[in-house]
Amino acid sequence: MSTLVIAEHDNDSMNIATLNSVAAAQAMGGDIDILVVGTACQAAAAQAAQVPGIGKVIVADNGAYAHSLAENVAPMIAEVAAGYGHVMATATTTAKNIIPRVAALLDVQAISDVSGVVSEDTFKRPIYAGNLIATVKSSDAIKVLTIRGTAFDGAPAEGGSATIEAVASAHDSGKSTFVGEEVAVSDRPELTAADIVISGGRGMGNGENFDMLYSLADKLGAAVGASRAAVDAGFVPNDMQVGQTGKIVAPDLYVAVGISGAIQHLAGMKDSKVIVAINKDEEAPIFSVADYGLVADLFVALPELDAAL
Amino acid sequence: MKVLVAVKRVVDYNVKVRPKSDMTDVDLANVKMSINPFCEIAVEEAVRLKEKGIATEIIAISVGPQQCQEQLRTALALGADRAILVSSDETLEPLAIAKCLKAVCETESPDIILLGKQAIDGDNNQTGQMLGALTGYGQATFASELSIDGGNAMIIREVDGGLQTLTLSLPAIVTADLRLNEPRYASLPNIMKAKKKQLDTTTPADLGVDVAPRVTLMGVELPAERSAGIKVEDIAQLVDKLKNEAKVIS
Repeated sequence: MSTLVIAEHDNDSMNIATLNSVAAAQAMGGDIDILVVGTACQAAAAQAAQVPGIGKVIVADNGAYAHSLAENVAPMIAEVAAGYGHVMATATTTAKNIIPRVAALLDVQAISDVSGVVSEDTFKRPIYAGNLIATVKSSDAIKVLTIRGTAFDGAPAEGGSATIEAVASAHDSGKSTFVGEEVAVSDRPELTAADIVISGGRGMGNGENFDMLYSLADKLGAAVGASRAAVDAGFVPNDMQVGQTGKIVAPDLYVAVGISGAIQHLAGMKDSKVIVAINKDEEAPIFSVADYGLVADLFVALPELDAAL
Repeated sequence: MKVLVAVKRVVDYNVKVRPKSDMTDVDLANVKMSINPFCEIAVEEAVRLKEKGIATEIIAISVGPQQCQEQLRTALALGADRAILVSSDETLEPLAIAKCLKAVCETESPDIILLGKQAIDGDNNQTGQMLGALTGYGQATFASELSIDGGNAMIIREVDGGLQTLTLSLPAIVTADLRLNEPRYASLPNIMKAKKKQLDTTTPADLGVDVAPRVTLMGVELPAERSAGIKVEDIAQLVDKLKNEAKVIS
């Protein structure tokens, strides 16, 4: 029984989210290979080869695979996957976009957001915004899974020296064209990888007030997130959203500021180790999951907190 | 231009779901059911395409039990022209649903297929992508903006890093994210009119689709419960607790 882990990368480097899938594969046992599909992605492949315990790294390097367009990448993955028992990718937006397409090409029912490995065919996953955990057993010959990153600590990144093998196939559907992207550039850590996350909600009032959170974050080496309400109100961009349909985070410390704690938000952060809530509404549901709650006006509390750090 | 929009019947998003007492599945007895919120956004987008004069016909489709007629009537009240129910009492997985949708695409030949990006019951986030694989059409998931220009669709997608813009040649599949639009409410006259609109029923067998499940639900459990901690008096006490008790900041 062997597992193919699909690397998430930007061609120049491998995203460490990939290591969560490697950890999930290791939890199941068996041989593990990594597949890197990209354009001029040899640097990312070389990084993948350093992950300890990997049999080989398979590289599909072709111009058609730039920007990870699902129509082109999915058939490439499906072609390689045919020889494996399991295909795994960490549930980023890239994987969520591509992996179900791979599964359907293989005539397999994919299993999304796996949070636990029970055995090689049985997995745990959250349903209903994490209000229940389902145990599901797959009867498909190839198990195609996306992995919830926060549920598996990342495997080590260095120390291995796997062989790198190229596959030549090119799949170019011509159905979709990449036009451009707007990527937020920040010196702060990435939300899903940060040890500390500070999030603001509707209570922040406007986008300028998030500067108070950025200042705190820079003192703590934290990432800044937001509730859906704050994103919908246009305070901050969509890539900051934490929740059921945004990013799932589980840092050592999560500070929720001016966030009431809708169930969809809790779904994205309740596995954090320590949760702090600052809200002026004593009845806010966020306090029911917070280890430390402070009932206070955030416009008074945040400057005080900033000064105290 | 013809639009096919898929809707799923799910537990209303305000309902706090509970497991059955034997922990075999979620307890759906006497629970309010609604149209999946992301599907509602997809329907709204279809209606806006028609209002802009781009779409000429909107067909709403649902794959599931007879009761899905309620959600199809909602879609009709919101502005769909007619509806198709692929009726089945089986537990339907995304792959089976995608196969049924593909079969209907073959007879209806829509130019664009709109779906919600995920349903809030199973949280699978798969059906649109699977339909893409089965039809060979291009796909744009997690759409926050859609425009049509001749034979192409331009879509802005919400991705982890920010926003990505794609063009797809039609026919194409688009799955709706939260910020694509804000769905309207159906007006009473439109709800009345919807009752008279055409709703055809077919079955997976009629469509030649095998919907046998590939995945078995072994049981459900409640997640580890987080209990409320303490309330601190002020920032000084909070900082002290974080440094000396939780030891998460230094």
